Amino acid sequence: MATYSTNEFRSGLKIMLDGDPCVIVENQFVKPGKGQAFNRVKYRNLKTGRVNERTFKSGESVEAADVVDTEMQYLYSDGESWHFMDPNTYEQYAVGAEAMGDAAKWLKGQEMCVVTLWNDAPLIVTPPNFVELEVTETDPGLRGDTSGGGSKPATLETGAVVRVPLFINIGDVIKVDTRSGEYVSRVKE
Amino acid sequence: MPRERPRQRADDGRTEDWRPAADQEQLRLRATVLAELRAFFHERGVLEVETPLLCRATASDPHLASLAVRLQAAGKTETWWLQTSPELAMKRLLAAGSGPIYQICKAFRDGEAGCLHNPEFTLLEWYRPGWDHHRLMDEVEDLLSRLSCRLGLTLASAERLTYGEAFRRFAGVDPHRAACEELRARFEAEVGAAVEGVEAGDREAWLDLVLTHLVEPHLGLDGRPLFLHDYPASQAALARVRPGDPPVAERFELYLEGIELANGYHELTSPREQRLRWERDRHRRRRLGLPDVAPDDRLLAALEHGLPPCAGVALGVDRLLMVLSGAATIEEVQAFPLDRA
Repeated sequence: MATYSTNEFRSGLKIMLDGDPCVIVENQFVKPGKGQAFNRVKYRNLKTGRVNERTFKSGESVEAADVVDTEMQYLYSDGESWHFMDPNTYEQYAVGAEAMGDAAKWLKGQEMCVVTLWNDAPLIVTPPNFVELEVTETDPGLRGDTSGGGSKPATLETGAVVRVPLFINIGDVIKVDTRSGEYVSRVKE
Repeated sequence: MPRERPRQRADDGRTEDWRPAADQEQLRLRATVLAELRAFFHERGVLEVETPLLCRATASDPHLASLAVRLQAAGKTETWWLQTSPELAMKRLLAAGSGPIYQICKAFRDGEAGCLHNPEFTLLEWYRPGWDHHRLMDEVEDLLSRLSCRLGLTLASAERLTYGEAFRRFAGVDPHRAACEELRARFEAEVGAAVEGVEAGDREAWLDLVLTHLVEPHLGLDGRPLFLHDYPASQAALARVRPGDPPVAERFELYLEGIELANGYHELTSPREQRLRWERDRHRRRRLGLPDVAPDDRLLAALEHGLPPCAGVALGVDRLLMVLSGAATIEEVQAFPLDRA
C-alpha cells in the first residue's frame, strides 16, 4: 500500500481520507517558533465534490489513492451509461450518471475527455475545456448587433443551455468554456 | 488590431528554473537591508562574528530536524550537522568574554518547506550581555523602525502581549490552566477542521494547534509589530524560567502581519539546568523515534566557566524581507529557493 508523508503533500496529490479518494487543493505548512509543525490541508472529496479542511501533525503518513487520470474518447450513450474508450489499450469503460455529472451536457461524440479512474472504476469525467456546438433553439438574432451588450438563452445540440449574445442565430456554431459554462465566441463556418 | 497580450511569467514551467525566483528589486532590497543591519550594529558597538555552519553538536529540540553531514575528520568518517542556528557557538564566544555580538548567517532545518519556510534560510542573531528580554525587545523595535524609516515605510510602535493574554483574547482560553480537553474543544469549535496524528492528551501539541490556527493570524496586524512574551515554562527552550503562579519562560517572539519574525530569550546560564533540559529533550527524542543528539560538551564547559547574564534573539531575515516588501511567499525573496537551488 503506497503512502505519502506530509512532506510530500502538494496540491493535486490524491490521498485516501475516511475511505474516500480525495485530492489536495491547498497545503500550508505551519510551525510556531518553537514547537510542533503541522500541515493545514484543504482537500476535495472526489466522490462528493465537497471541499473540507484537515490539519495533520507533520511527519504523519496517509494512504495514497489509486486515482489515475486517463485520456479517453467519448463514444456514445445508451441512455443509462456513457461509453468511453482508452485509445492506447482500446479498453472500454461504461460511466454512470453520477460520475458523468455535468460533463454529459457538453458531449456529442468523439471528444477526448479526462476520465479519472479510482481502482480502475470511472470516478469523474472532465470534458475538454472548450467545445464547439451548434445552436438548435434561440430567439431570432438581432441583425447588425455584433457589439455584445445584451444576452439571451440558447439551447445547443447536446441539450445544454448557455447565455449567448443577441446576434447568435439557430444553426450557428459557438465555442463554449465547459469550466464556466460560458459562451466564448461564434465559430466561423 | 488585437492588443498584444502581456507576456506570461516564465516560471510556471520547469524550463526556466535556472532563473532566480526573486526579481531584481527584491535582490536590491536584500542588499540594502543587510547593509542597514550591519550599520545599525556597528553604530551600537556590537561586534560582528562568524561561527561554523558545519557543527559537531546540534540543537536537541525534538521539533528541529538537523541535516546530517558525513565528514572525514582525523582519518575517520563522522556524522556532523549543519547548524539550525548559531546559538551554541555564539554562547561560547560570550562565555569567553566577547561582549555584545551579532551574526548574519545561513541556518538549515530539514523538512521545513512552505510559504514561510525554506530548509536553508538567513538568520540574524545577536546577544546583549547584562540585558533582559524586555530591553532586547526595545532594541528589536529600534532596529525595525530604523529599517522602515530608511525604506520609507511607516510602522506603529510595537505592542507587548503575554502568551496568556493573547490566548484569552483570541481563543478564549487560559493556556496556563486549561485542561487539554478544553484546548481541544476550543480548537474544534473555532476551526472546525479534523486533526490527524495528535494524541488527545498531548497538551503541548494542542497549545501549538491553538497558537498557529487561532492566535497567530491576529498578531502584529496593520503595521503594528507585536511581541508575544512570557511563554509556558514547558516551552522555555533555552530561556530562563521566572518562578511564579504560573511560572513563565522569559522568552518572546516578534510578529508582524501574522508572521513570526524573531524569537528571543533572557538566556539560561545555569549549566545544571541546561544539562537537565538536554536530557529531557533526548528522552522525548527516544520516545518519538527521532535520532539522538548528544549534548554539546563544549557549550556545557563554557557554561561551567560562566556565561554572563544576557539576552539573545534570532530574526529571520527572509521573512523580514517578505514583510518589508509585501511578498506572499518566502520564495519571492530568495534568489534560489529549494526547488531552484
